Amino acid sequence: MNAIPTYRDQVAEAGLKAALAKDRPGIISELSASGLKGRGGAGFPTAVKWNFAAAAQAARKFIICNADEGEPGTFKDRVILMEYPDLVFEGMTIAGKAVGAKEGILFLRGEYAYLRGPLETSLARRRERGLLGQDILGSGLEFDIRVFMGAGAYVCGEETALIECLEGFRGEPRNRPPFPADTGYLGMPSVVNNVETLAWVSCILANGGAWFRSVGTEKSTGRKIFSVSGDCLRPGIYEFPLGVSVAELLKQVGGEDAKAVQVGGASGHCVAAKDFHRTIAYEDVPTGGSIIVFGPNRDMLEVVENFLEFFVDESCGQCTPCRLGNRKLLEGVEMLRAGRCSMTYLKELCALGETMELASKCGLGQSSPTAFLSVVENFRDEIMGRTVAQV
Amino acid sequence: MLMTERERMSAEIAALAERLGRERTSLVPMLLEIKRKYHRLNSFALQAIADALGIHPVEVHSVVSFYAFLGDHPQGRFVIRLCRTISCAMQGKERVRRQLENDLGIRFGETTADGSYTLEYANCMGMCDQGPALLVNDRLFTRVTPEKVHEILQECRSVFGVHAAEAKEVQLT
Repeated sequence: MNAIPTYRDQVAEAGLKAALAKDRPGIISELSASGLKGRGGAGFPTAVKWNFAAAAQAARKFIICNADEGEPGTFKDRVILMEYPDLVFEGMTIAGKAVGAKEGILFLRGEYAYLRGPLETSLARRRERGLLGQDILGSGLEFDIRVFMGAGAYVCGEETALIECLEGFRGEPRNRPPFPADTGYLGMPSVVNNVETLAWVSCILANGGAWFRSVGTEKSTGRKIFSVSGDCLRPGIYEFPLGVSVAELLKQVGGEDAKAVQVGGASGHCVAAKDFHRTIAYEDVPTGGSIIVFGPNRDMLEVVENFLEFFVDESCGQCTPCRLGNRKLLEGVEMLRAGRCSMTYLKELCALGETMELASKCGLGQSSPTAFLSVVENFRDEIMGRTVAQV
Repeated sequence: MLMTERERMSAEIAALAERLGRERTSLVPMLLEIKRKYHRLNSFALQAIADALGIHPVEVHSVVSFYAFLGDHPQGRFVIRLCRTISCAMQGKERVRRQLENDLGIRFGETTADGSYTLEYANCMGMCDQGPALLVNDRLFTRVTPEKVHEILQECRSVFGVHAAEAKEVQLT
């Protein structure tokens, strides 16, 4: 596994101590100066989210850490929770102070149940050391965190679906607005942040917003943790500044001969070799951290088929474009694999994909056709007119 | 005095409701706990949980049917979940699948007749750099090869035989 220098060099609780010395607007302005955007993939500015929740008036507020890492090819949150859980809990505590929340919930996906024990142990240790509880480090700040187990649903990574699950309902995304920062868990203002975002918060408070901004691009500041898998020599966890080109990343992981790279998991873009000069950033090719490398011999249709099977399985079934659209796309891919798809029908499928992007209720349906569309665009010679021998 | 399984389950559900709070927010944790202990959520369990939380059993069923780790189908004591998503698929998940089916004599989605093993698929379980990966209950196995399948099953059997102590089983679940 590659070194994670900035995380390793982080002094324990430095961020929390810095945050305790500041007032609430002071913390948010530091975060705002850093330009930190949500590391789960959607890229919403964290400071703006916190500001909404901080401004809301309510009896209770919640800080929710989204550890429902389900995007295919993503495992950075697992590694952060295994090796740096304190950074995440510290970030949640800082968020608690900034927003005025006393309760934190870590939503851990069911597949990561084996992490629960170690996480509970670190929480207990933090309580003993006065880093959680009634009076944190003698500052009068009150905050505590509990772990809530998910039950195996990809869609619960969507923040409103996650809240539905916490409340004991089916994980079906809600209409937004109202946003969780205003009406979230139990109707109270809730901040839902990704694991990595919260870990970065601790680093930013310790080292300052300017430090974070010093790398990355204008719109995508700072560094990002990447989970690299697939046909490369050195899969694993990497840290790069945002704005890194796909080619540079491939060089580091030993995947120079790739014919395509899936950036952002099943719901992300499939970048073909001719576009390897493109950069990984919110304004170019965005990602929640997932990088899957496809070597020269991969069948791209098989890849898309796997993605669409995933979406058919994980669609919550609430809205029609996503529930039926993914099924139709999957059938289309099966036809392409059998060499029975006409050009007219392929165009229809692309139009369906575009409709899904526009008409689906949540991010799942809006992004599920992306991989299909980019493969159709980039690998048309490979997918059309197949004979059975190729299947 | 003999205690039927129903009575035992009712008592357990009442205790859980007491501990977690008789609120809707306790529903998912309660269901996970009962499923873990009893390997199924039958209509009796759904009714008892609904009563404990003061909601209609249909509400409970709507939640049970939604989540992959719940569901009202009975499962074996060892639920084997093989990751079927892209990175594991690229690293040879198909051969592991075949070997699991061969060794257990069941297909995916089925449970062995003795109620020991269930084979299921899971979507990406976040072990993409160390695939193929599978979970046996909460325990994780990575870089599984068809050959290793036998070892994994053997390990399950060793804690599952008639002479195995309860304490030994705890390690695996």
